[in-house]
Formats: sequence, structure tokens, C-alpha cells
Amino acid sequence: MKNLKIINVRFFAQTSSVLRMTGRELMKKKFSVVGTNVIREDGFDKVTGRAKFADDYKFDGMLHAVMLRIPETHAKINSINYLEIENDASIISIITSADIPGSKKVGMIKNDQPIFCDEVVVTPGDVLAMLVGEDVSRLRSALSKIKIDFSPLPVLTDPKKSLEPDAILIHPELGSNLIIHHPLRKGNIEKGFDESDQIIEQTYTTQLIEHAYIEPEAVIAIPLGVNGVKIIGSIQNPFSARRIIAAVVNLPLDKVQVIQAQLGGSFGGKDDIMCILSARAAVAAIKVNRPVKIRYTREESILESYKRHPYILNYKVGFTNSGKIKAMKIDILADGGAYCSMSPFVTWRSVVQATGPYEVENVHTDVRAVYTNNPYTGAMRGFGSPQPIFANESLMDEIALKLGITPYEVRKINGLKAGSITATGQKLQNHDVNLLTVLNVAAKDTDFLNKWKKYKKDKSIVKKYDFTKSVFNDSQFIEPDQLIKKGIGLAVSYRGCSLGAEGIDAAACYLSFQNDGTAYLLSGLAENGQGLRTTFSIIVAEELGITTDNIFYLETDTSRVPDSGPTVASRATLMGGGAVKNAAEILRGRFEELIQEEWKLKSEDEIVFRDNKILTTDNRSLITFKDLCKLAASRGINLSTIGWYKSPNVDWDEHTGQGDAYFTYVYGCQIAEVSVNLGTGEVYLDKITAVHDPGTVINKLGAEGQVYGGVTQGAGYGMLEEVTTENGLIRELNFDQYLILTAKDIGEIKPIFVEGKEIYGPWGAKSLGEPTLELTAAAISNAVSNATGNRFFNLPLNLEEVLLGKKLRPVEVKRGSLR
Amino acid sequence: MISLKFILNGKQVTVETEPSIRLLDLLRAKLNLTGTKEGCGVGECGACTVLMNGKAVNSCLILAAQIEGSEIVTIEGIANGNELHPIQKNFLKYGAVQCGFCSPAMVLSAYALLEENPNPTEEEIKDAIAGNLCRCTGYKQIIEAINESAKELTTR
Repeated sequence: MKNLKIINVRFFAQTSSVLRMTGRELMKKKFSVVGTNVIREDGFDKVTGRAKFADDYKFDGMLHAVMLRIPETHAKINSINYLEIENDASIISIITSADIPGSKKVGMIKNDQPIFCDEVVVTPGDVLAMLVGEDVSRLRSALSKIKIDFSPLPVLTDPKKSLEPDAILIHPELGSNLIIHHPLRKGNIEKGFDESDQIIEQTYTTQLIEHAYIEPEAVIAIPLGVNGVKIIGSIQNPFSARRIIAAVVNLPLDKVQVIQAQLGGSFGGKDDIMCILSARAAVAAIKVNRPVKIRYTREESILESYKRHPYILNYKVGFTNSGKIKAMKIDILADGGAYCSMSPFVTWRSVVQATGPYEVENVHTDVRAVYTNNPYTGAMRGFGSPQPIFANESLMDEIALKLGITPYEVRKINGLKAGSITATGQKLQNHDVNLLTVLNVAAKDTDFLNKWKKYKKDKSIVKKYDFTKSVFNDSQFIEPDQLIKKGIGLAVSYRGCSLGAEGIDAAACYLSFQNDGTAYLLSGLAENGQGLRTTFSIIVAEELGITTDNIFYLETDTSRVPDSGPTVASRATLMGGGAVKNAAEILRGRFEELIQEEWKLKSEDEIVFRDNKILTTDNRSLITFKDLCKLAASRGINLSTIGWYKSPNVDWDEHTGQGDAYFTYVYGCQIAEVSVNLGTGEVYLDKITAVHDPGTVINKLGAEGQVYGGVTQGAGYGMLEEVTTENGLIRELNFDQYLILTAKDIGEIKPIFVEGKEIYGPWGAKSLGEPTLELTAAAISNAVSNATGNRFFNLPLNLEEVLLGKKLRPVEVKRGSLR
Repeated sequence: MISLKFILNGKQVTVETEPSIRLLDLLRAKLNLTGTKEGCGVGECGACTVLMNGKAVNSCLILAAQIEGSEIVTIEGIANGNELHPIQKNFLKYGAVQCGFCSPAMVLSAYALLEENPNPTEEEIKDAIAGNLCRCTGYKQIIEAINESAKELTTR
């Protein structure tokens, strides 16, 4: 893959700001704002309904666009006849591929996704063309009058068949359905199995799921004549959107201004799809010279947007009788669906982390992503980690059971420690390798060992039913006091922070103090609801000893701040926060110089910024921060700056899967306590204890919120959620069928933070958003196994999986929003 | 076109509208009250919750014509200018807001609950917001905020 070139630059502590940061940290005894409860910066607007999401914007003369699709999974389009709507006054314009001045195909990594699919449809979400007019309902009724002549093509929905020699090709011009293959070779796999006393081979599968952000996609394009086009939308990554829009409308980057509206949830999901919707809106707006809005219904959102990759994971693990893993052979197949999207990067994280956080001498891993006609898959919170974690953490419990030891012991024997070598050959150093710490804290806090032994079943206690007989015999009834069984299960993970070898990793921040002590702050990373504005305001406040209410966070706009890469990979606090701290340090340095001169101080070390004041270390009050800004402005000092933070380099050999994949890691352990109803298969989540080391916690309320939300999403993934398809067509197109957890479905969640030392990031703050989600399904599965004596190999653990060990698929059943 | 008379956020209003539109569209498109959100359009997500005669309802499932003579409260009618209602204050204090798309509706469901049941148990709070989906927060801080608001409002 192009962006994953072998980078043979050595690991080095890179910026002076990193070093300076640690110097200050040593002197700083206590934080004043960092780690406290701070009310979110955009909170007032969000609880009063004033916050403007994309669909809340209206402009004079604004038109709407609706999409033309066919309910086919794979078809050649022979012709599209618009004759019947040509004289329809409600249609201002028909937008087709012919209206695109630039790239007709786009993509995050590979340009394989057409803006309009007027030659061939490869998945049901594909859009052939677009109608633009004033009234959405009239446009929608006009859609049915368009005559589309198409020839259905054979459909490929089974990823296992996609690499067979006679498989139909989704994109024939590419010559193969293989999107990417990541090999990893470490040690000698045969030798490893030879040295093993026991071997387990197991296949696991995970399902297709939807991001289910509550706000459906919306975007408005506003034509600016010779100045290009302005976009306002529910966009996770404004700079990615700008790049794609610019390519499609054939304009330079400076003529495409992308503004992020308040974003109603994303979780990785409003990236590719929003780039494409924005590009469609831009093409239309430029053509008709009026603002054009696209707003999706929930059905369209689920139909067209990308999802989480379903994986088929084959694991073969060899271990000694004392519990030491000697070899792991892993073969993973990811269904990329109809387009490449982020598949190469998603599966790259999988290849790095597929063994789980264990020292394994001999590893042989192959991860492949393939094209099918299924809905396409891309980035989703977790990004290629929840799938292998479900597999490797289930496997660890199996090893423990086979050896008669506990899940805790098997992880303790094999878990990564300081100085351990990972599967990619990376030595873990320069940070607290806290895997065993989080494991110990979680096990102790939950009394794991005692409960696990108490609940453990030696064989399955789930009743077997013979459904060919209409009458049950006595032995099939469950005594009322035997109906509910408790179980406890754990899962651990390590996770590489930020982008790793995916690409350039740097971020910017604009900080500008006014002469009354207030400030404008803007990062090149985006607020997706996670609370980045608040976290960044806290960093400025901490560095300059002021309160966050003096900081005004500006609207995210590609024309106002440097490109900082995407807001993904749990990198915002680490990278964006690093840039914010750098900006605050630059301005602090200018203030210090002025203060030293003005008050004739010997060293900047005598200066303390605290409580909106400047003091000396011996507590002499010099000036208020407000007056300091006034003084500095009157001396002609520049009170604005751009902060910058670049990650240290990483290296990766794509042929062997060896290298320092990420510059640092975070560690987590989650323990699930469940009650299982043996009569219905229902799993009640009694409690999830989530112990994470995200480095320093900057924004405490936000961090806790990340844990609660991530665990709840992870529990949905573990127990409930699944997008099923019939010949490629999605069944669950709205929340009547696609179920996510409600307030009544989740039990107690207890977040515990272990704040390990780290040299990177603002005061050593790293990543949290994704680690919180990736563990939950695996922990729940292990807990249900503990309760029932049955093991589970296929997510989700819904009622029938728990009770019958298989999924019941509706056949020819149409209900709810599927008519 | 029909003419509708109703009370909106405490004020008597009269609007002309097509009879076929939903209350949600009336609020968002005609009256520019965009704090009411559309998440699913089929009454599952609750993002369009408003109060109708004191009850929390999904405005996507109510035809505009049905509100004749009713009292409607939207999120815009909860705060007193810049002075937040205790429920709103506690949503901020307890971190109950992330992306904020479901927040107006959550606040209104909480408001309806506390009007009817000033001392709800945790289960009753969960019941009251079971029709409001939130993908960000895991509901924990929302439940805490509502619980705290109940305490504050009853001791005032």
C-alpha cells in the first residue's frame, strides 16, 4: 500500500517541545485544571437547542437534492431515460456523472468509488444520479418516473469465495478482488508448534454493524462564483472532505472551504460518506449556482454509509503445559464490501495487534481484505481491533480452561511487560507498559478470581431442545431457581496510539490572545462530540494559569487553520493536544520574556501562572493575566501563534510485518459481570469494570464519558447489533430493526484510570476513545461462557446464539421500515 | 391549507400550514425551532421529542393538525433566556452531553418525568428515557443528571 511504505527512519525523540514539556512536568507539583471536572465548551448551546447541526442551516434560494438508486446489488446500467420528468417544473436540474468537472471516482486510499454510478452498480447503496429542486417530496415522487434499463449481474456476497479463480470481479479493471494483504512473519512458526505441548485451532466470526450516529448525514454546498465553493456539513474530517471535493469539482484547495457543523455523532462513520455527499452537493451547487442541501433519511443513511468489517478469524495457537504460548498462526479475512475505503488501514491495525497483548516468539499472520457486493466497510471506532480481540481473548480463556488455570494466570504468564518484544518485533519502552497493572487493578476491584471459580461450569448447562418434537419432556424444563446464572469474564488489550505507519502524523493549533486576556482557540482536528474543544481549552488554561471561560473555541473551518490530518485513531488528545500545548508554550515564552524584563527577574523559572494572575515562586503577585495581555499588546508583542506537534517517526516493513508500528501504546482491561437467563438466552449486564491507562487524564468528565459510551457501544456489538443482508440487500434499515442499547439495557459501568507515565502528548496524555469499546464484547463473551459452560465463536451473543448456538435468520420476512 | 391555533412555549400562536405535514416539520421548517431533531422518522430514536400537554411525544409521529388547541413545549422553551433550567444545568455538570444531538430530547423527556414524578427511582428514570436513543454517553451521566435534578427541584 502506497502510504505504508517502508520508512527506515529511526525512532527519535523529536521536538524540543517534547523535552521541554517533561522538564516542566518535573517542576509542576499539581495541576490546577487538568483532571478536574470542566463543563463542556459547547454545552450551553447543546442543552438549549441553539447548537446548529448541518440540517439546521438554511440559506436563501437553497435547493434540495435526492438520490436515484435501484434495488439491485450488482447490475450493469444500460441506459437511464429522464424523458418523463424533463418538463417537470419541480426539477431544477438532473445531476449526473457528466456534470463532474474533475475526478469521477474517489477514495480515501484507492480511487475506486464513483460519485455517480451510471455504468455499473456494485452494491445497493450506489447512487446513479441526483435530482435537484425546491421540494423534496416532489423530487422523490419524480424519481419513480425515471426509466432505468439495467442487466443484473451475478452477485458475490461470500468473502470466502472472492479470491477463488472463477470469482466474479467487483472492479474488473483491478484484476482481482484482493484489496490488501498484510503478512507478518516473526520467528519460526513450525519450531514454535514443535515446542508446544498442546495446540488449539479455532475459527471465530464477527458481524457487520452500523455506526448508528443519531444524526443522519447532512451537507449544504454554497457556490461562491470565482471563489469556489463553501461546504457546511456533518463532516468528521473536514480536510479529507476538502481534498475529495476539490478533486471532484476540479478546484484548488484554497477554493474549497469546508466548515464543520456541530456533529451529531460519527464514531468513524462520517468520513468517506460525507466526502462523497459533499462532493455531490458541490457539483450540483456549482452547476445550478444556488446553495444545495443533501439530507439523508435514516434508511438512506444505513443503506449507503459504510460499516464495521465482518471478520473471519482462524487462530492456531501452540502452548506449553505451563501456559506459555510458543506459536500463533493467524489467518484473517475481512469483508471490505464493494469499495476499498479504509480497509488497508483497518486491517493493518489488525495485523499489528492480532496476537493480543502477549509475548509470542513465533508468529505467522496473514490478514486480507477483499471486495464483495456487500455494503462497503471502513473506519469505525475500534478500527480493526474489536474483531481480533474477540478472537484472541476468547482463545486465552480456552487455553486457561484446557490447562486448568485461571484466565488471570494465563494472561499474567504471557502478558506484555516493559522491554517485551511485540509481534511486530517492537521493543516496548519509554512508557509505562501497564498491561499487568490494569489487569491486576481490575481483577482486585471485582474479586475476579473468587467469582470466576464460583461461577465456572465444567460442561454446558444450556438445555438442548429437539425442535422436531412438539412436546417437551420433563428434563427440558428449567426449575425457576435455576433460570438465572451468573458469570464473570475478562479481556485485556494493548493499542497503538494514533496513526502509526498509516501516514504522516502531525497536527496544528491556532491560539490568539486578545488584549483583555481572553483567547481564540482553534485546532485543525475536529469536535465530533467527544469533547475535544473542552480538552484543548483545559490545556491552554493549565499552561497559562487561566480559567477555561476565558477561551473561546472557534468554528472548525479548513480556511482558518492548517491541515492536521483526520480526527481518528484516538489521536486528538495526543496529537492535537500536543499542538495546543505547543502554542500555549510559545505564547507563555513571550509573556515570560516580557515579565522577566519588566520585573527584572533573573530567570523564567521564578514565574508562576496561576489563578488568572502572574506570581513569583515566592508568592509575590506581579500582575493579572488580563493586564499582562494589555501590557504585552502595548509593547507590540505578537500574542497569536500556530502550535505544531509532529509524532516521532515509526518504521514498518510491509513484506515481513516487522517494525516499530506505533510510537507508543495504551493498555486496558475490562471485566464483565453478567446474568444469563437460561430460558430465553437473554444476557443482563450487571456490571462492567473498565480499567484503562490513557496516560494523563486531561478532561475527567470527558474521559469518564468516553468509557461509559465506549463500553455501551461495545456491549451492543457483543450482544445485539447486526446488519444482515439478503443477497446484498440490508434488512435493518432503521432503528425499529437495528437495535442499539437503550438506558434500560446497560448495567453499572465503573471506570478506573491508571495514569501511566508517557513522554509524548500533553503532560503524557494519550488515547482513550477506542480502547474503551474494543474490549467489551470479548469480556461479555467470556462471562457468558463462565455462566453457561458454553463457548461462543460468533458475535453477537444474541438470544439464539446463547440458547441454540446459532443465528436464526428471518426468511422472506418483511416488516418495519422494510416494505 | 389549514390554520392552527395552539400554545407554543407559553405563547398563543396561529400558523397556516398544509394539513399533511408532521409536527416535527412544522416546528423545524415553518417555525425555525431547530432544537427538535429528526433521527429516524419512525418514532424509534426519540430525537424529535417535544412536550404535548405535558407529555413527552415523538413529533415525527404527530400530524400538525393534531395539535390544534394543545400546549406544545420545545427545547427552546425550557431555559429562561440565558438562565438554564436545573435539568439543563445538571446535564452540563454531570457530563451528560457529548455530540448533543439527542440532548434536547433527553432534557424534555426528563422534564416530563419530573413534572409527573418528582422523586423517580433509577428504574423510573431509565423507563422515562428508554425511548430516547443516545449513541455517545452510555446514558450513565444522563441518569445521574436527572437524579440530581429531581433532588434539587424537590428541595427548592
